[in-house]
Amino acid sequence: MADAPEHAPKVAAPTGPVEPAPPADAVLPAFITSLQNGVAGSVAQVSLYLGDWTVIVPVSHLLQAVEHLRRATDCAFDYLSDLTATDWPPRKEGRFDVIYMLYSTRLRHRIRVKVKVAEDTPVPSVTGVWPAANWLEREVFDMFGVNFTGHPDRRRILMPEDWQGHPQRKDYPLEGPGELLMESPLDWLKLRQAREEMDIE
Amino acid sequence: MDTLTPKTLYGEMFDTNELVINMGPQHPSTHGVLRVVLRLDGEKVIDAEVVIGYLHRGIEKLSENRNWTQIILLTDRMDYVAAATNNVGYCQTVEKLMQLEVPRRAKYVRTILCELQRIASHCLWVGTHAMDIGAMTVFLYAFRERELILDLFEEFCGARLTYNSMRIGGLPLDIPPGWDKKVLAFCDIMDAKIDEYETLLTHNRIWLERTKGIGVISGPDAAALGMCGPALRGSGVARDVRKDEPYAAYDEMEFDVPVGVAGDTYDRYLVRMEEFRQSLRIIRQATEGIPEGPIVGKVPRLIKPAAGETYHAIESPKGELGYFIVSDGKSTNPYRFRVRPPSFCNLQALPRLVKGHLVADVVALIGSIDIVLGEVDR
Repeated sequence: MADAPEHAPKVAAPTGPVEPAPPADAVLPAFITSLQNGVAGSVAQVSLYLGDWTVIVPVSHLLQAVEHLRRATDCAFDYLSDLTATDWPPRKEGRFDVIYMLYSTRLRHRIRVKVKVAEDTPVPSVTGVWPAANWLEREVFDMFGVNFTGHPDRRRILMPEDWQGHPQRKDYPLEGPGELLMESPLDWLKLRQAREEMDIE
Repeated sequence: MDTLTPKTLYGEMFDTNELVINMGPQHPSTHGVLRVVLRLDGEKVIDAEVVIGYLHRGIEKLSENRNWTQIILLTDRMDYVAAATNNVGYCQTVEKLMQLEVPRRAKYVRTILCELQRIASHCLWVGTHAMDIGAMTVFLYAFRERELILDLFEEFCGARLTYNSMRIGGLPLDIPPGWDKKVLAFCDIMDAKIDEYETLLTHNRIWLERTKGIGVISGPDAAALGMCGPALRGSGVARDVRKDEPYAAYDEMEFDVPVGVAGDTYDRYLVRMEEFRQSLRIIRQATEGIPEGPIVGKVPRLIKPAAGETYHAIESPKGELGYFIVSDGKSTNPYRFRVRPPSFCNLQALPRLVKGHLVADVVALIGSIDIVLGEVDR
């Protein structure tokens, strides 16, 4: 491997985030136990890191779970702080994490809800629960190509309508199309990927 | 008898049609490159569509390919009228991820810089907002005082707009000798100037006509739409990250969180005017109580947080500025860098706010939610 191409990654790509389980003596906060009891099977995993609680929810239970977090009196997450995604291409169980950061303006606690989805898995939109999700989901769709269903207006938001590819994906080139846009405006992304494969071979 | 409309009086000739007009991206009152497509019935706005992305530079993607220190200067370019708060937010997130202890002196200076920045940002807001509505004088007054703050920043770090004024674990430089005296002297000047702005606007009849009852939104609606900062507090929701999740030295400061009642443009204006005074109050406490000691904590030479992810939010002048950062623990750059931009979330509420108002009010409402397009598009 002496003459490996320059752009070859130096370390193997990570296959997923670190989600440490809470220590054995940690007490689960009320909003997580409420979710566990309220919606059966909605909490696949609980994690605590640096004081942030994260619950991992199967995508089939997502809508029920967020509805419960929004309405139940001991959760009352009425504020969707942020909605984003991370991309882990080599992961077996689906490459994307869609992450919802929730906050309660009344009880003042935070929780992160995470779903793991593959490229084409439909993810139900949460715009019905928090209207704030509208643009945030549009951005995640634009940047990652996550397949949100039931969204009232699923279009690109930051990139032009006819843009190819989803820029925040890990396999998207940092420098963008560059000169390839002149060479092959309609298929520059495919052309680039083909050339990269040739380089590796 | 039919109601007297142009149509019943004069027939089809005066029929009113829906008109679609395009405002921006090169419109002076959209505060940058914002485009709003308005559907009008006469002068009334039926619907508005906000088109953004003209200033998209891919800061998130770029940051995933820079090392941890280089990102600080990229964050300057997001909300470029409040660069210091962006720096503080980012550095604190990395410090949380690395579990670094920041010395108290650095925390105090950060608090002072954040609040000076808030005043500078609000000065720019009150000036441009008033000028959009037609009051020219306030603009000149507010920029005069903003200049004093920029001078203070220049003395501290050498730059006037994009400061790069923080380091992971503390500050790059200690405050220059005599700087704290100048900050206190500025507070005394500013006190009187805020009253001056208020004399020009608060009871001005034109101002009241243009802002009262414009863009009313209730507290729960505003929270559900993700509005934050003064725009949310104007609707009566006492949500302030400085109080709810204190960072830097805010837990040692005494200050109030002003909230509005009506949730209209006027209340959002009043909230920001009161925030000027509360910021001065914080600056005075922090400047008088700066402790002695080091300005940088124990930071490893190579910044490489352990694998993990975290979200940390601060109260920027525009609202809740959050950073979500994922480290893979192997490389010297973040695996995922995400910014929760307050302006983006506030701008999302614009179509809801302008519905039913006149075209001229669109301008007032864009000013009232205080957006910076550098942050909306990143």
